[in-house]
Amino acid sequence: MAEEVKLFGVWGSPFSRRVEIALKIKGVEYEYIEEDLANKSPLLLKYNPVHKKVPVLVHNGKPIAESVVIIEYIDETWKHNPILPQDPYERALTRFWAKFIDEKCLPALWNSTWSKGKDREAAIEEASQHLNTLENELKDKKFFGGEEIGLVDIVASFVGFWFGALQEVSGLELLTEEKVPKLCKWSYEVVNQSVIKENLPSRDKLIAYFSARFADASK
Amino acid sequence: MAKSDVKVLGAWPSPFVMRPRIALNIKSVDYEFLQETLGSKSELLLKSNPVHKKIPVLIHGDKPVCESLIIVEYIDETWSSAPSILPSDPYDRATARFWAAYVDDKFFPSMKEIGFAEGVEAKKAAIQQLVDGLILLEDAYVKCSKGKPFFGGNQIGYLDIAFGSYLGWLRVTEKSNEVKLLDEAKTPGLAKWAEIFCADPAVKDVMPETDKLAEFAKVLAKMRAAPPK
Repeated sequence: MAEEVKLFGVWGSPFSRRVEIALKIKGVEYEYIEEDLANKSPLLLKYNPVHKKVPVLVHNGKPIAESVVIIEYIDETWKHNPILPQDPYERALTRFWAKFIDEKCLPALWNSTWSKGKDREAAIEEASQHLNTLENELKDKKFFGGEEIGLVDIVASFVGFWFGALQEVSGLELLTEEKVPKLCKWSYEVVNQSVIKENLPSRDKLIAYFSARFADASK
Repeated sequence: MAKSDVKVLGAWPSPFVMRPRIALNIKSVDYEFLQETLGSKSELLLKSNPVHKKIPVLIHGDKPVCESLIIVEYIDETWSSAPSILPSDPYDRATARFWAAYVDDKFFPSMKEIGFAEGVEAKKAAIQQLVDGLILLEDAYVKCSKGKPFFGGNQIGYLDIAFGSYLGWLRVTEKSNEVKLLDEAKTPGLAKWAEIFCADPAVKDVMPETDKLAEFAKVLAKMRAAPPK
């Protein structure tokens, strides 16, 4: 049976880009459908009625939602070029750090850009702590996944790429060589990995998008 | 493996702590249950989970594993002989993980919301939101169980553990708000599943009694209302 793989995503979303990276690592061909979040397609609403969000992967007509759930599915379905390690303890650590990044780092980094006043101060403080935690976890490894990128690196590309762009727009200085040298070095390495580099949104387009939003938010 | 090789750091009222305990019971793995005292965190906990400082933590030999559902997957992969906790098919696994995430990210917060809601209207709205969630979960139950007793089929699986661990607190919420949430009329499948789940040998000794939990809820509420030291 021919494999039919579709991905519903949004150009600027780190969540849908991470699924694309996983598919590219596995060499899986897929049809990409760009969603307009202000005008969600009937297909998206049919495939993800619970959350109505991107990304959604549809494999031979069967939909899967939630980016990390999708990536684990991809890793289990196409077994070459593994994204998660084989050893159960290493897998547990990988899942732990991916969850930490998504549940703690991303919201703090996002809020440190967009919130105001005391909330912003608190978010900045929290974001700094989390970046330090990641710095300490990286230790002397080239990537969070070791010698090769893995799930944590893919998930953390928000920190490496998206937050870099956000920082430029907001003027915040959290991800700096002075504060988190290993994380900065990792950011550079990971963003220049060809499978990631070729599947990131245009930095200029992202900066333009964030700048416009920042200008609106500052009014 | 000797019992002391597997430890669970936790506390009896926590639904999250129940999860690894159920998983270890399913695998017939002996473990030492080390209970934390309410209001303080042990040295062992702070050392084993420095990032979150939270329970549960599984300590296997000298390796700590944190985050309840990550621990459940670790248990399934480490003690890999039957019975399996995660389904074997990748799509069924994705479905189970999707709903487990829903239960933690949406269902549980909406259950807490009922407790925080102030005023009749707010409470009504919070209750309705939870019931809407239960109806979604009923549909998921019908699809996943395919006529068998559990989300996981003939035996308790990952999603049964993820959702079932909240049943104690769900019953406390029903009692303290004098409302039936898991209703035979609206969610017949889940109502029946809840009984079977709680009676299962892997669950019954770790599921706290509703009355005890309700008492604990009062202690917790008092602690939270008390002025900070």
